[in-house]
Parts: sequence; structure tokens; C-alpha cells
Amino acid sequence: MVMTPEVLTLSETPWLFTGVMLGKIIVAFVATLLIVAYATYAERKIIGRMQTRMGPNMTGPKGLLQPIADGLKLFFKEDIIPSQSHWFAFILAPMMILAPAFVSIAVVPFGGDLQFTYDGTLYAVPMQITDLNIGLLFIVAMAGLGVYGIVLAGLASNSKYALLGGIRSTAQMISYELAVGLSVVAIFMLSETLSLRGIVAVQQLPLWGSDSLSFLPNWYIFTQPLAFCLFVVGSMAEINRTPFDLPEAETELVSGFCTEYSAMKYALFFMAEYANMITVSAVTTTLFLGGWGGPFWGWINFLIKVFAFMFFFIWIRATFPRLRYDQLMYLGWKIMLPLALVNIVITGIAILLW
Amino acid sequence: MEAILFYLTATVAIISAIFVTQCRNPVNSALNLITTFLCLAVFYIMLESPFMAAIQIMVYAGAIMVLIVFVIMLLNLGLAVKSRYTHGVPAAGILAALVLFVVNYFIRAGEATGTGGNITSEVITSYGHTELIGRAMFVDFLLPFEIASILLLVAIVGAVVLSKREV
Repeated sequence: MVMTPEVLTLSETPWLFTGVMLGKIIVAFVATLLIVAYATYAERKIIGRMQTRMGPNMTGPKGLLQPIADGLKLFFKEDIIPSQSHWFAFILAPMMILAPAFVSIAVVPFGGDLQFTYDGTLYAVPMQITDLNIGLLFIVAMAGLGVYGIVLAGLASNSKYALLGGIRSTAQMISYELAVGLSVVAIFMLSETLSLRGIVAVQQLPLWGSDSLSFLPNWYIFTQPLAFCLFVVGSMAEINRTPFDLPEAETELVSGFCTEYSAMKYALFFMAEYANMITVSAVTTTLFLGGWGGPFWGWINFLIKVFAFMFFFIWIRATFPRLRYDQLMYLGWKIMLPLALVNIVITGIAILLW
Repeated sequence: MEAILFYLTATVAIISAIFVTQCRNPVNSALNLITTFLCLAVFYIMLESPFMAAIQIMVYAGAIMVLIVFVIMLLNLGLAVKSRYTHGVPAAGILAALVLFVVNYFIRAGEATGTGGNITSEVITSYGHTELIGRAMFVDFLLPFEIASILLLVAIVGAVVLSKREV
């Protein structure tokens, strides 16, 4: 017997709806936290291997307990608030950088529908915390709010290095936000929806709608290779990964905006960096690589693609030297922004012609 | 339920708006202004315009306020800055009250009042809010939109001319 699954709503089954939503939130949050913890381990291990070192290998089998040991150490360290700092903003800054990084995960779809029977009725639950119909704009908005953490950390520390790091990061993030935002406009023009779930659904059709290419999915990386490159490079700059890690350039600024931070507050900045890395990988996967579509089952495809992107980011870190500040601004404003605009025009013409 | 949420958000918005003007430290004022903008975004969501909410956060909280904090950071405004600018406060208060009355008059005199317009909840759910805004801006009101964009372009060119000594 085939039943059409019901969609859970708050008005009809309030308790079940609340329970399922809470379950989804907890699963997504715990999974993200775990990936954050082991992304630090993966980064140290992979970079170690690329530089012919061992990486962490003493704590637990093959060093697998290293993130937990680091976390415990940072929890029990003394929490120093500098006497000349602006204490309220100083405490607020790490929270303001971590919260947007985690909130963005809420709109990313990580699988198809999950079906289950309750009380004789078949329900379908999308594997996504919530499907906003402005999904991607929400992520861009949250990325914009993430700047405040760094700005406030630089401002509140009342230290020269932190201030310089904060100023650099503000300029950098505002510049690259434009290029990233404009590069995804071409995706909206093709998909005609802003919902991330809708964008994934469009990408599961055969390529360019033609049957002769039906062995390839309609992933936007094939249709929009330029937008893909711009998005990945721009996102790397927005989350301050090497080669764009000027806000915390160790050789020039000690440790940049988090110079004055210690203990768990310092750890929160690093958690935010890795959480941002996960978010960017997940969003790139959703926008350009067909989300959860692929040969395996639902979320496993998604995780494979996300991990591949994270490996790519770590690889880049081990490979490229840091840009100079004027090179960074030149790249953002004079190369990436015009390219993104040209891409929009070309996409528009192509849509009109075909 | 929605009324409770509205009054909660409105309380937060008004309290943070008062703190914007009352804080001695410009950093705190800026933080409170961000809170006010976030509350406005919540209002937009309650009015069934999620696109406007996202734009509110992106443009006001994400770009304009970052620039304001940036300027505070560059100028390193201290605590003493507020006491130097007190002479214009009564005039500004009177002006704000007058503007409020005029705006109130225009809203009540025009056709925009009430819920009788043709953009209802059903229309929004069937077309989608983003599509409606896109049609309104790029089809119905294209000329005002272009005029506004030329105004912004003039401002950008003016800023370049002012900041660059030798063009």
C-alpha cells in the first residue's frame, strides 16, 4: 500500500512537530560541533603530512583524542580580561562571531525526505532544519553579521595589534561580500528560486534539460564555472582562511584581532573559523554541486562533498603564501567584482537566447 | 501569540533605541543601533516580507553599521565626545516631533492606510514575496528606481572626486 506522506505542521500535530524540530536541531548542532572539533585535528594532521611531519599522534590512538584534550585545556585556563579593555564588547565579541556561524547551518538541506509512520499516518520530514524561501539571502545576511565579532574584538581589546587586525578584517569582509553576493545572483537567475531546497531540486534534473547529457546531473558547477570560482575564492576571503588571513597575520600582527584573548574565548574564535569553513563548504555544495544528489544515500553524498571541500581549504592553506594587503584589495575590487558583474550579464543574455 | 511577540520585539526595539542616544560610549550606541535594526527585521518577517527582513540585516546591520563602527574605530572616539555636542539637542527634538506629525498626517491622508490593498497574504503566498518586490521595482516603478540609482552613482563619483586630489 502506497500512501502519500503528510507534511508535519505546527497547527495539526504541535507536539510531534516540536519534537521533530528539536531533534533535527540537536542532531545538526551536535554533528557540526563534532565536525568542528575533528576539523582541527584533520587540519593539523593533513598539514603535518604535507610538510613531512607527523602531526598530533600522542593523545589517544593516532592522536584522535587531541581535540578533546585541547578543549579541556582551554576550558580550565585562566580567563583574562585586560583592565584597559571595553569589557562588555570584549565578552560579547566571541559570541557574536560564533552565533552567526552556527545559525547559517539551519537553512542548509543535508538530505532528502525522511519518512516515518506515527499513529497510523505516514509523515515526511525534510532533512533540513528549516526551508526559508529566502534561504541564501539569510546565509549572506548571517555572514555579514559575522564581521561584528572581529570588529568588536579588535575595538574592545584596546590594543594596537588587535585594532589593526579588526580594521583589516572589516575592509576585507565588506569588499569580498560584494563579490560573493553578486556571484550567486547568476544562480538565482537560473534556478528562479531563493530556497536552498529548491536550488538542489533544480540541480537533480539532467544537464541543460537535454536527454543526451542525462548521465550528468544539472549541477551549476557545469553551467556557472566562473561563479563557482568567484564564490569559493570570495568565501575563503570572507572566512579569513589562508591565503586571505590578513586579520590574524602572525608575522605582522602577533595574532591579529584575538591577541588579547585567552582560554575559552580564544577557543571560540577558532571554533567560529572552523564552523564558518563547514558552512561555506556546505553552501558551496548546495549551490554548485547538487547538494545531497549523487550515487550514495542522501546525506552521505552531502557529507562526502563537504569533507572534500574542507580538505581543499586545508590543502590551500598548506600551499599558498599570504597575500599583501594592497593585492587583496586589488583582487577583490578590480578583478572579482567586475568578473561577477560580467557573469551576471552573460547569464542574462544566455537566458534570453535559450 | 503574534501580538505577544510583537510587543516583546517592540519593547526591545524602543529600549535599545533609547540606549543609542543615552550611552556614553559610542561603541555601546552602535551595538544598540544594531539591536534596533535586528528588531526591525523581525517586524518585516511578521509583516510577511522575509525578503525585506534579509535586506534589512544585510544592508543596515551588515554593511552600514559595520562602516559606522569602522569610523568609530578609526577616529578612536572617546567617552568625552558626547558632552561637546549638546547645543543642538532641543532643536533636533522639536524637528523630530514635527516630522512625526507630518508623516502621520500623510499616512492617514493617503491610500496606503489599512489592509485594503491588492497585496494580500494570499497573493504573497501564491506569487512569493521576492517576485512581487522584483515586479514592483523593475516593471511598475522602473523610472523612480533608475533615478534613485543615478542619485547613488552621483554620490559615489562625488566621493571619489572629493577624496582624490588629482583626478
